[in-house]
Amino acid sequence: MSRDEMSALQGKRLHKIVEYVYHNVPFYRHKLQSMDITPDDIQTIDDIVKLPFTTKKDLRDNYPFGLQAAPQSEIIRIHASSGTTGNPTIVGYTRKDIGVWTECMARCLTAYGVGRNDIFSVSYGYGLFTGGLGAHNGVEMIGAAVVPASTGNTEKHARLIRDLGITGIACTPSYALYLAETMEKMGITKDQIHLRVGAFGAEPWTENMRAEIQKRLGLKGYNLYGLSEIMGPSVSYECQEQHGSHINEDHFYPEVINPVTLEPLPKGQTGELVFTTLTKEGMPVLRYRTRDLCSLMDGQCGCGRTSVRMSRIEGRSDDMLIIRGINVFPSQVESVVLSMKEFAPRYMLIVDRVNNLDTLQVQVELRQEYFTSTFDTPAAIDELEKRLAARLKSVLSIGAKVQLKAPGTIERSQGKSAHVIDKRKI
Amino acid sequence: MTINQLSIFIENRSGTLVKVLDILKQSGIQIIASTIADTAEYGIYRLICSEPSRAYQELKDAGVAVALSDVFALELDNEPGKAADAVRIISDADISITYMYTFLWGGKGILIFRTDQTEKAHDVILQHHLSFIDENDLAGGGEN
Ligand SMILES: [Zn+2]
Repeated sequence: MSRDEMSALQGKRLHKIVEYVYHNVPFYRHKLQSMDITPDDIQTIDDIVKLPFTTKKDLRDNYPFGLQAAPQSEIIRIHASSGTTGNPTIVGYTRKDIGVWTECMARCLTAYGVGRNDIFSVSYGYGLFTGGLGAHNGVEMIGAAVVPASTGNTEKHARLIRDLGITGIACTPSYALYLAETMEKMGITKDQIHLRVGAFGAEPWTENMRAEIQKRLGLKGYNLYGLSEIMGPSVSYECQEQHGSHINEDHFYPEVINPVTLEPLPKGQTGELVFTTLTKEGMPVLRYRTRDLCSLMDGQCGCGRTSVRMSRIEGRSDDMLIIRGINVFPSQVESVVLSMKEFAPRYMLIVDRVNNLDTLQVQVELRQEYFTSTFDTPAAIDELEKRLAARLKSVLSIGAKVQLKAPGTIERSQGKSAHVIDKRKI
Repeated sequence: MTINQLSIFIENRSGTLVKVLDILKQSGIQIIASTIADTAEYGIYRLICSEPSRAYQELKDAGVAVALSDVFALELDNEPGKAADAVRIISDADISITYMYTFLWGGKGILIFRTDQTEKAHDVILQHHLSFIDENDLAGGGEN
């Protein structure tokens, strides 16, 4: 499909979805009416800038079914997102929605090179979270054998990976590292397992983390992006090029905006990612602000696909810490920590305010095998801490105090990464 | 002349030292001498023990940050001024001592020190006929 054909299709679908929510979701009807917009004002995809944004708060405020467009009789599945504060977000799917989701997920797996001869373990949580079932349906659709491992009981999972010759896995990148660690502890070596494809998502990760996972599990790791408010995993996927994630843009239209002024940004500039669902029936959303920060890429990919690509998630606008007036993302700290072999891929940021001045402490874990006799004096440990502090300062532009922790003492998150303790809010 | 010392990174939190000591106890390792170089947030726990290689492996398997370091072990008569004499000989030879500590073993004083100038220290100890002990001496157990 040419770019022009894609734009025409997107424009047609956008008009249809606006008309659909206008007639079926009072929330959107009132919003559009208050802005003096009717569905007929939306004819091409470029008209999208006229539409209002939808926020996580809108979803919470309309809990549970306020933004649902389809009648309850058409809904065949309901997922709920993990809300740490306030109401969870409820998303209902019609049969057609599940079909679109499954097809989009199958596209992702095909791009990863997964086929019917693969044995594929889905190690996202099954349940209210969209990860497990979303990936599961896609694997079944392409005809690979799905192993619904879910999360928990990592040792049993590691044994299955070895004994069944599992070739693919979908999980969070931090779980992949945890799995690698568990296997190493159990004495399962890389040549005893046959993993070759990893679909990693549900939390931001870095190139350094990819290199580490690929090395330790002996697979090729691909990004799998999604969010339940839009669909679930399958919104975008990396191809063999591992250079940006192709967006299933015939169903999910992406924009990147300046999170402060809400102005759309040109391709290549980093801002907040916004999605409009173009075909969804259950709970369509217009210009949903994901809080994820990234940039969009145009142009044909090395794999031949022409769909727009998104960069890695560079942070969450929620996660962004403002320390002494400087924007700091935990992912920046992560990339520095992972670039030094002496440290394990775990870290914690502790932000505090002492005498009206913000302080940042970064806790890192010493990697056991790098604690050698050269480090048996406080002077040597201090030198290591200073080396990390200097790198952090050059990346973050603010000073951080480094605290070295013993191996295995920083908690490894099994789900969404939680790497920040901000004591200023308490 | 040199013996194996275990160097262990421990955080200044309750329980971390106990964990290390429990592992050694369960493995039947005897601690002969120990010292802690501590800072506000962590410490380097240095210890001389029976079977250092096995102790090292047990700790390593338990996930502890542990290293084996070669340290010099001089044997001194248990009399005032003997440690001062020995240290003077070493420092007069321009050998810088990274750290040192002493303990009593079998009625003798043992002076442990670490230096990066190992060959030079080796020569000086022989030239001045300083007494020293080896790994094997410790394995035999103290007889006081
Ligand atoms: Zn591509």
